[in-house]
Amino acid sequence: MSLAGYEFEVQRDDGLATEEMTLNMGPQHPSTHGVLRFVVKADGEIMRTALPDIGYLHRSIEKISEKVGYHGFMPYTDRVDYVSAMQCNQGWAMVCERAAGIEVPRRGEFCRVIACELGRIASHLLSVGTMVMDIGGMTPFTHAIREREKVNNLLEDLCGARLTFNYMRIGGVAWDLPPGYTEQVTAFLDQFEPLIDEYNDLISYNKIYVERLANVAAVSKEEAINYNLVGPNLRGCGFQYDVRRDEPYSIYPELDFEVPVGTGEVGTLGDCFDRYMVRIKELKESCKIVRQCLEMIPDGPVLARVAKKLKPPVGDAHVRVEASRGDMGWYVVSDGSEFPYRTKIRTGSFSAMSIVDKLSRGLMIADLIALIASLDVVAPEVDR
Amino acid sequence: MSPTEIHQRLQDQHTDAITSFEAAPLDPFVLVKPDSIVEVCRFLHDDPDLAFDCLTNMSGVDFLKEDYIQVVLHLYSYTHRHAIVIKADVSREEPSMPSVEAIWKAANWLEREIYDLLGVVFTGHPDLRRLLMPEDWIGHPLRKDFVEPEEYHGISTRRESLLK
Repeated sequence: MSLAGYEFEVQRDDGLATEEMTLNMGPQHPSTHGVLRFVVKADGEIMRTALPDIGYLHRSIEKISEKVGYHGFMPYTDRVDYVSAMQCNQGWAMVCERAAGIEVPRRGEFCRVIACELGRIASHLLSVGTMVMDIGGMTPFTHAIREREKVNNLLEDLCGARLTFNYMRIGGVAWDLPPGYTEQVTAFLDQFEPLIDEYNDLISYNKIYVERLANVAAVSKEEAINYNLVGPNLRGCGFQYDVRRDEPYSIYPELDFEVPVGTGEVGTLGDCFDRYMVRIKELKESCKIVRQCLEMIPDGPVLARVAKKLKPPVGDAHVRVEASRGDMGWYVVSDGSEFPYRTKIRTGSFSAMSIVDKLSRGLMIADLIALIASLDVVAPEVDR
Repeated sequence: MSPTEIHQRLQDQHTDAITSFEAAPLDPFVLVKPDSIVEVCRFLHDDPDLAFDCLTNMSGVDFLKEDYIQVVLHLYSYTHRHAIVIKADVSREEPSMPSVEAIWKAANWLEREIYDLLGVVFTGHPDLRRLLMPEDWIGHPLRKDFVEPEEYHGISTRRESLLK
């Protein structure tokens, strides 16, 4: 990667010979959450820039969509963000339904929301768990992963897969809830909800942990919007915005949930701790949503009748979905044939990565790890 | 504001910059002359009644038969909670248009991606390099007439069908 234009002068007044240092972090670095690379230019321990170099996980998913047709693309969407694949399924299904004018049966919408919110719990658990691990605390990670495994079991019962689900279809979902699912999920939620407080006692307010995160890489609301930060990263700046609430889709308008925001409780508003805490609070909200859905779910079909060779009319459609990493934009152009003419996926991690260079200036090298973890960047989602 | 009202305001201020307005599609859009994109976007961003503070998505679409590349900007206003789509057509032979990076920082990487995959040159972009493909890659893969090279640095891109 060419670094022209990023040179800087190291200046010292004590007469010691110094020089700038170029440091490679990644592509195989334990804390980069996938394969990505940072080229760090440092003056001692202080970073002047940390340029992200991405593309290692570029599988040209957008190009594949042009070859496999609307229904055939569904399993590929799992691979866009394999940490929380349900919402990617939903994004693709929704954009196709919008383009082709398909109505989803009500029970299907409930199944989708249950699956998505369980997926969000799993994703946020991995995020907060690995964040602590990146910073040096091993134990809380095992607690988070233990719970994530239980969510994965639930999702496996639902659709047979633990990571790449391929659960949704254009027009609904593939399978109805299995028998006894309500009891199973309720039992998990009853056991899981108190553990969130336990997790807070264990690590969230631990003095060492707080000091690693407080006042590090604070983002202002204006900056976040200008860089298009989304989801928990945006809400961490104290700006209350959630696509589920503010541009409602599916059955979210009928559900009652809070949108947690960062409060700057241990330092500056919008710092790493705020972004972390928003995710912890969202775990509770997702539990609340799942409980309501299990109570409200009506009887009926889960999948609408959709043509095998779906041919949406000529034109384009754009939808936004609140995925675990925030507002995900799905754009599809149809030329009237059975293959999408062009698909574009704008993901939360993509915009989060583009702000890293700006935020990293002046930070300690060790803080870069905290920054990346707090932005919850997942590499496959950046590259697609 | 509805898309029609947004278009009306744009039309009043920047008549020459706008080619057409389509209210009928799912997402109504304003077609803008590529050279005027910065002035139009600056107005959309700065005008207090419009206040499009966020560029949510930016894509490029290659229309091979019609012989142009379309750059599509999805704008959203967190202040007023309204949205509009701006489109600009550039030629396939020498695709080039001014960069909107100075207005929305989010455009930095989005424009780099379009440059990488479709070859549109954004003039005035501070750091226009390939983003996803290797630096020495030849061609722009999302163009409809792109032909995959047979090998890259001695690594074959061909393999036998698994179904044989």
